Amino acid sequence: MVYVSLATGFILILIGLYGALTNRNLLRMIVSFSVANTGVHTVLIAVGYLPGRTAPILDAAVPVIEAAERIIDPVPQALVLTAIVIGLGVTALMLAYAYKLFATHGTLDISRFTELKW
Amino acid sequence: MIRRVVAVVLLAGLGMVFAGLFVGYSPDAVLNLTADYYARNTAADTGAANIVTAIIVTYRGLDTLGEVTVLFLTAAVVALVLRRDSSRGNPAAADHRPVGELLQTGTRLLVPLIMLAAAYVFINGHLTPGGGFQGGAIAASAVLLMLLTDPMRRFSHRLISRVESTAGVVYVAIGVLGLALAGGFLDNRILPLGAFGELFSAGAIPVIYSLIGLKVGAEFSSMMANLSETEDT
Repeated sequence: MVYVSLATGFILILIGLYGALTNRNLLRMIVSFSVANTGVHTVLIAVGYLPGRTAPILDAAVPVIEAAERIIDPVPQALVLTAIVIGLGVTALMLAYAYKLFATHGTLDISRFTELKW
Repeated sequence: MIRRVVAVVLLAGLGMVFAGLFVGYSPDAVLNLTADYYARNTAADTGAANIVTAIIVTYRGLDTLGEVTVLFLTAAVVALVLRRDSSRGNPAAADHRPVGELLQTGTRLLVPLIMLAAAYVFINGHLTPGGGFQGGAIAASAVLLMLLTDPMRRFSHRLISRVESTAGVVYVAIGVLGLALAGGFLDNRILPLGAFGELFSAGAIPVIYSLIGLKVGAEFSSMMANLSETEDT
């Protein structure tokens, strides 16, 4: 199970990076980055998984005494929660800049933005 | 064409690295030291049943404050970048096709329920999966639904920023109170820990997470309102 999600995560990262490298349209690049971002989250979550264990929430099913033997690693989950929120902020920023570029240049094709090219 | 080949070659290299990681990976059998500490001591230290919440709000509370700050900066920069020129005025609102009856009625029914679910998720963050960030995102999804129903709808930016800044200030104030009354900045033991597993337990965690929920919901809503308002310029 953990290998499936690990492989899915790696493949998503590769798909996302391929899309970001080959597409010239800014919106498609933003979508590609989101896909790669999701892949990184999947890999992180998969690394924190321990076979045969359950979610890191203590209740009747997982008493405090047995917690250390019964739960998976909570740290990657906390990290991914942070990463998702920051990823959303980055996506929103990219969309805002893409909108602004479209408003000023009338195009989303990245090869047409030549101001910083030397 | 050459661009595509270069991309494939680069990604093939990265794929080899990933394949090496994948083949060499084997899941741990026991928790590492940090995770083991959290598993053994969370209940006694913080009183929170959800260990992920305890890590985010208490153990690594300062990081979460930084994260919320990053989100605030993002919302502020989005608002700055998308700031409308007041000279252009308000264009006509008539050129939008009316949305369907189903969406309109569904929105009226669902928005209060979604808000309720959001409040439930962030108040119960210390007991069940969920918390402030998730609840805030759910609350913002209600705002998104309203924007889908009526793209010309205008939200009060003053109200959104009031909610956002009040939540932020109280969050930091609770953190400073922890410095004065308990063990350190953002320590949740300024309130009694209560009975383990109850709604009113885990000290200040439900309060802090509710504030984070309001703040995150307000920030996401302001981002979406700003992005939506660009449509008519």
